[in-house]
Amino acid sequence: MGKFLAVTIIVIAIASAIPVVMHTWEPPADISTHGHLIDSQRDDTMIEAGVSFLAAQILLAIFIWQFAGSKREGKRKTFPGGAKGLVGAALVLVGAEVLALGAFGTKAWATVYFTPPKADAMPIQVQAGQFAFYFRYPGPDGKFGPIHPEMINEGTQNLFGLDPEHDVESRDDIVTAEMAIPVNKEIHLLMHAKDVSHSFYVPALRVHQDFVPGLDLSLHFTATQVGKYEIVCSQLCGLGHYNMRAYLEVMSQADFDDWQKKQAAAQ
Amino acid sequence: MHEVSAAPAAHHGPPTTFIRKHVFSTDHKVIGIQYYHLALVAVVVGMVLSWLMRIHLGWTNAAIPGLQALSANGAPGGVMTPEYYLQLMTMHATIMVFFVLTTAPFAAFGNYFLPIQTGAEDMPFPHFNMMSFWVTLTGFLVLVSAFFVSDGPPLAGWTSYAPLSAIGKAAGPGQGAGQVIWATALGIFCVGQLLGALNFISTVLDMRCKGMTLSRLPVSAWAWFITSCMGLTAFAVLMPACILLILDHVAGTSFFIPSGLVINDQLIPHSGGSTLLWQHLFWFFGHPEVYIAIVPGMGIVTHVLVTNMRRPMLSMKAILYSMWALAFLSYMVYGHHMFVSGMNPFSSLVFSFPTLMITIPSTIVVLIWIGSLYGSQLRINTASLFALGFISMFVSGGVSGFFLAQPSIDIMLHATYFVVGHFHMVMGVAAMFGIFSGTYFWFPKMYGRMMDETLGKIHFWLTFVGTYCIFMPFHYLGWAGNVRRYAAFTDDYLKPLIPLHQFISVAALFTGAVQLIFIYNFINSRFRGAPAPPNPWEGTSLEWIMPSPPPWNNFGGKDPVVYHDAEQYGVKTASGADYIMQNSPEQALPGGDGD
Repeated sequence: MGKFLAVTIIVIAIASAIPVVMHTWEPPADISTHGHLIDSQRDDTMIEAGVSFLAAQILLAIFIWQFAGSKREGKRKTFPGGAKGLVGAALVLVGAEVLALGAFGTKAWATVYFTPPKADAMPIQVQAGQFAFYFRYPGPDGKFGPIHPEMINEGTQNLFGLDPEHDVESRDDIVTAEMAIPVNKEIHLLMHAKDVSHSFYVPALRVHQDFVPGLDLSLHFTATQVGKYEIVCSQLCGLGHYNMRAYLEVMSQADFDDWQKKQAAAQ
Repeated sequence: MHEVSAAPAAHHGPPTTFIRKHVFSTDHKVIGIQYYHLALVAVVVGMVLSWLMRIHLGWTNAAIPGLQALSANGAPGGVMTPEYYLQLMTMHATIMVFFVLTTAPFAAFGNYFLPIQTGAEDMPFPHFNMMSFWVTLTGFLVLVSAFFVSDGPPLAGWTSYAPLSAIGKAAGPGQGAGQVIWATALGIFCVGQLLGALNFISTVLDMRCKGMTLSRLPVSAWAWFITSCMGLTAFAVLMPACILLILDHVAGTSFFIPSGLVINDQLIPHSGGSTLLWQHLFWFFGHPEVYIAIVPGMGIVTHVLVTNMRRPMLSMKAILYSMWALAFLSYMVYGHHMFVSGMNPFSSLVFSFPTLMITIPSTIVVLIWIGSLYGSQLRINTASLFALGFISMFVSGGVSGFFLAQPSIDIMLHATYFVVGHFHMVMGVAAMFGIFSGTYFWFPKMYGRMMDETLGKIHFWLTFVGTYCIFMPFHYLGWAGNVRRYAAFTDDYLKPLIPLHQFISVAALFTGAVQLIFIYNFINSRFRGAPAPPNPWEGTSLEWIMPSPPPWNNFGGKDPVVYHDAEQYGVKTASGADYIMQNSPEQALPGGDGD
């Protein structure tokens, strides 16, 4: 029965690795300028984790195969190097592994979070509420009017609680239900939560950030491929969480300019 | 670590009435069995909830027979609504984490065997111990009562992030009374576990019999002691957090609710709170809770393995120090749950390094287990099969931690099924394998009868393969970006993953059904199993020197004296046995394995 367990463990280990090696299930292809750093860090980690996984399972299986039901013959065998060797290996090999992962991972993280957006990055505000995203563009004045939460009213389509009567900056703001951006243009995304926590997750953009009520956060990114991509909420926000999504349209600068004009006219 | 304790064991008279013997008992063994039975009931409830969830995820519009009777609003016509899915999910996770994974390996086995393994007649505060169980049971009943309030249970998940969990019924079904019930139940649960942890710690420090130095304590006793130290600090944080959450609901406070929130076009009349405060408090408890669930399993598995390998571990000290390191680091790493929460990005790096470092003690334990198999005379029985399965699961669930420890990769994997696969394997399935291993190992001692080994082995094989079929694909789903806590998969990029969900659902239904074999074996063996000898596995620790089951006062009124550690296996003795009991003054003869 020990041998059967050993074989089962090895079969499971190999079967588990096959979809990874074959890239059977993959996220949407990266369309960002920073995503390759995340992807390469993820792939490097997969190699290290995969080797650790297979080595441990195979070693476990071999020793079960070899020693299950065995009887003592003479002096007991001890694993070469004993405990000191194994502890040393764990400290040195795994220590080096985690230090390397930590160091290289820091670079990818810093590129996303420690580099400020460029001065000419295009600001867009996104507001998350149960269970929709809404987007706001500052219009020709380049400024967002202030949000007045008490004026938010979905019935009158005042989704951001704007007061154009009193706030000059609000008068040219453009509010939309889908997000359009020009390709190869850095976007500075200003994130506002209307009610509870939500998240802005765009797998194709390699972007993921929670909305925190009471705390306005920002993100910046550049899309490199024209196309239509999904924005989904990944932070449990209530009964409609599973269906809270919007679309990101990445378009040429000319198409974006046309789109923005149409949206402005429709306000 | 080598001082000798000779503290007297707790003495109390035998129970004289049925109530004092079987219901409000102060006997740690009865309390341990009560905890175990509570965990059994809880795991059945949690598993049925997971079945319902998996059916819904595989076939979203399927009508589930009988579900409408449980909740006419939640499942009209038997078809689960999205909100009811979230409510069942919240209850599944809360029941499993608190009332199964904490209760069975720590409170149940620990209560039963910690005093015995330390050589004590009972714990130092038996009435507190009794109160611990009844308070915990009350917590469970309060939690389950959430099914029967008008809006049903809460839907905010077992993490119950504020402000969704704090605003009240405006935030969604179950977020009013259901959420208050949830927080009340967990607050009560914390009181029970704090009482237990105090007892466990003082048992180890003050109740050891003569000769039972700390270094001679069996590894399982060490694991329960370490877990108690974690529980004392972790539950002491969750309890006040729950109280603050309740106050936000019932007293108009705003601990977790900032100003300016709007729901249904109504401004929420709160201001000044912090949504991230809940996350910090919750995860300061929540990450140690992962180790509260798994460290007892590590102790149990090591204890079972060393008995069945018929040899000492390569280094028990390395295992013990590693378990302490895991306990200590568990408080340093909680922020890895919050990498994309809006916490300062620099903090993410600070939390990332200790998270990666926790791999080192985990690896040491795994390597010592595997290295100790080398040259052993491994006995294959159901207990050792589950112990070996535990190692395999712990490795499989552990390696995915490499990814989640890194904030840059977490950008892709946060809140996806990759996380669900990771924690289900490493703290769910592995911990369950530890519970099963402990059950098959100690059942003869607890109930005085042997379990059926054939049924046990069938149970192991089907469960081992089945759980891999469920939880390994979770990683693939998360890798592809499948967000967790979705009641259905309507996004374009998720639709191709639905067949994989259906495969998982079939595997979950199958593996769940397999557990009926265990339940049958458990109940049948309890009444019809072969009578158990005092030491069926030829173990060395003190639970094996007493009859099965032990008398009410454990050692028959005589305090044992201990002469050895619990690893005297593979030795040569005058009687020909290959082991020496801890209470035997006999010394090993030259020529044994260890020479």
